[in-house]
Amino acid sequence: MADSHPPYLAHHFEDLEQQKQSATLGIWLFLITEVMFFGGLFLGYIVYRGMYPEAWHLGSGKLDIVLGTVNTVVLIVSSLTMALAVRSAQINRPKACANYLLATIVLGTAFLGIKAVEYSAKFFPGEDAAYVLIPGANFFLDSPFSNGVQLFFSFYFTMTGMHAIHMIIGIGILAWLYVKARQGTYHEHYYNPVEVTGLYWHFVDIVWIFLFPLLYLIGRH
Amino acid sequence: MTSVTDTSASPPEKNYLNEKITVSSWLLSLDHKRIGLLYLISLLVFFLIGGAAALVFRLELLTPEANLLRSETYNKFFTTHGIVMIFFFLIPSIPAVLGNFLLPIMLGAKDFAFPKINLASWYVFMAGGLLGIIATIAGGVETGWTFYTPYSTMYANSNVILAVSGAFIAGFSSIMTALNFIVTIHKMRAPGLTWFRLPLFVWAMYATALVILLGTPVVAITLVMIFVERAFGFGIFDPALGGDPVLFQHLFWFYSHPAVYIMILPAMGVVSEVISCFSKRRLYGYKVIAFSSLAIAVIGFFVWGHHMFVSSQSTFASLTFSFLTFFVAVPTALKMLNWIMTLYKGSVSLASPMLYAFGFLGLFVIGGLTGLFLSTLGTDIHFHDTYFVVAHFHYVMVGGGVMGFLAGLHFWWPKMTGRKYPEAIAVFTAIVIFVGFNLTFFPQFQLGVHGMPRRYHVYPEEFQLLHIFSTSGAMVLGFGYTIMAIYLLWSLKFGQKAGSNPWDARGLEWETSSPPPTHNFHQTPVVRQPVYPYEAPSVTAPPANDSPEASHG
Repeated sequence: MADSHPPYLAHHFEDLEQQKQSATLGIWLFLITEVMFFGGLFLGYIVYRGMYPEAWHLGSGKLDIVLGTVNTVVLIVSSLTMALAVRSAQINRPKACANYLLATIVLGTAFLGIKAVEYSAKFFPGEDAAYVLIPGANFFLDSPFSNGVQLFFSFYFTMTGMHAIHMIIGIGILAWLYVKARQGTYHEHYYNPVEVTGLYWHFVDIVWIFLFPLLYLIGRH
Repeated sequence: MTSVTDTSASPPEKNYLNEKITVSSWLLSLDHKRIGLLYLISLLVFFLIGGAAALVFRLELLTPEANLLRSETYNKFFTTHGIVMIFFFLIPSIPAVLGNFLLPIMLGAKDFAFPKINLASWYVFMAGGLLGIIATIAGGVETGWTFYTPYSTMYANSNVILAVSGAFIAGFSSIMTALNFIVTIHKMRAPGLTWFRLPLFVWAMYATALVILLGTPVVAITLVMIFVERAFGFGIFDPALGGDPVLFQHLFWFYSHPAVYIMILPAMGVVSEVISCFSKRRLYGYKVIAFSSLAIAVIGFFVWGHHMFVSSQSTFASLTFSFLTFFVAVPTALKMLNWIMTLYKGSVSLASPMLYAFGFLGLFVIGGLTGLFLSTLGTDIHFHDTYFVVAHFHYVMVGGGVMGFLAGLHFWWPKMTGRKYPEAIAVFTAIVIFVGFNLTFFPQFQLGVHGMPRRYHVYPEEFQLLHIFSTSGAMVLGFGYTIMAIYLLWSLKFGQKAGSNPWDARGLEWETSSPPPTHNFHQTPVVRQPVYPYEAPSVTAPPANDSPEASHG
């Protein structure tokens, strides 16, 4: 029992096992709340897609399939580097852990950058554009389904916007982990924060894995 | 009676209240007991604001004409009352105050699994509450606490965005609290404390936390949808674009109906503890009460459609929701029967917490049974949006939720503060509050049956007498709360020292001193007894000279 309370064991836990199990259960419960959070948006999407299938088809076709696909690949690779960061901490390689965290930050930022390019193409369609796809008073599309397309784009921006906010929060946490990892904080006896953040990161990726086909691919089969 | 330690005679012991007394030691405290008290103070302020708003519009309702408030101002007052009382008082009330204070002690733990998240939850809650207050000061909101679309998104000319953001942020604090509860109950129980040795208060908190975790995120995203529609002109619920305002109602009630179980399940937990203590018996049907909490939590998620019987919902859906709503009454009735069976042949004493628990039993039965009138498709068409609904949910939320909160506050007050309040005045106040409550809300059933719609401040003259009863009841209620505030504050300084176990109750919280030490126990307790061992003497029996009121009857 001499060194049963190392510095990385919080005082109110009996042992490391209890601390680790609590963190893991906590993050899974949090992810359940996230499923319910995005679930509300997916529900709205399903209801309106059922009501206005043509408009959804039309709206989906207006998205940039190339950038969307590239972003999907970027995000999946970031999940790989995240998993490798957790693994490196578990097998006691703190330096590799830090490097993989940095790679995850870079890939996540790249995703947001590409997303920003996509968004700005919608916000600034150019002088001679035949349509404006930002929902609201300025929305314009010469189509009998234009109202439904506007609903589609309301969901597109709300869903991808919520996803982007989760990415930004994730990158913030990763940056903090990176600083800590450089100091050698995480090792085989203590890697909860990396593992827990990894679960969050994978969750945010999985949301995108659902968003990508639901938003980008319905107009193209 | 075994070993007796009279703490009042010895010099003041170090406890969580006097260990450090700087402002930052409170505002940055990671101690769940101090965070519980921070919540208590903040919630009582919100209760005061919500109650004051109610008194103002009850005054307006004294006469059939508008003398005090214009229509829009009246709408703002009842909206403030609703938003403050539901989001900033009732939902956090028992979990954030009593749950925060008691749960780790009842589990024999030093603290919650995530003390920093617990402290953060209070700050997040205060941020949400502040936005709610700013929304009120900046001119108010007139949508009602339900934010129904398209009124809230397209027509309301008030601070909807601020109020919605406040409710959204407060939701995060609920989630943080609930997450801490579930992880702590799973992972931090003392040795020997098996699931069926947990006090029923803990089971109730567990069920509540489940509802919070599954429901709150849904209302969060729903409020986000209102936000983007109002702030950016997105057309999510806009009928002009083919959007569906009823979709908002579905999403909103998917959380907000289970939210009434967030408000009532904790009160049921408190009542279980109080009835057991003041009947001096192990609760009859312990496992039935424990599992019925979970059953209410689960079935409660499948009844939301009963808010939309007259909102174009299909008859088949309405029939299904009607049946499920009847069904959710079953586990509640089981609890009720088990509490009554506990009283039967128990040594019942009528201390003030027990009076509030009895108040809960009677009022909640009325509230629950009138709920069945509303879940019946035919009668709901008549009662929908009348004062009958107002009376029904006040019997459930105030008669159930607030009575439970007051029962718990009085029961654990000596443990939290180390002092006793004057019992005779407390008994008197409990009776005043019971009478005031019924005088306020019983006439509203009559008003509703005769067709008085809710949310109107001018009405036909034949309703005036019943409105006068209701308003005078509100005054009595306000008087009762005022006396309570006075004697509780008085007790902090002048109250008699409570000792570890003033009620001769059972449970880990009564085996540590009052107020408890910072780490709750001097060493981790080991539980060797079944729950509620009232047949055995208390480990910390009250001092013989300290004759508690609980001993007569």
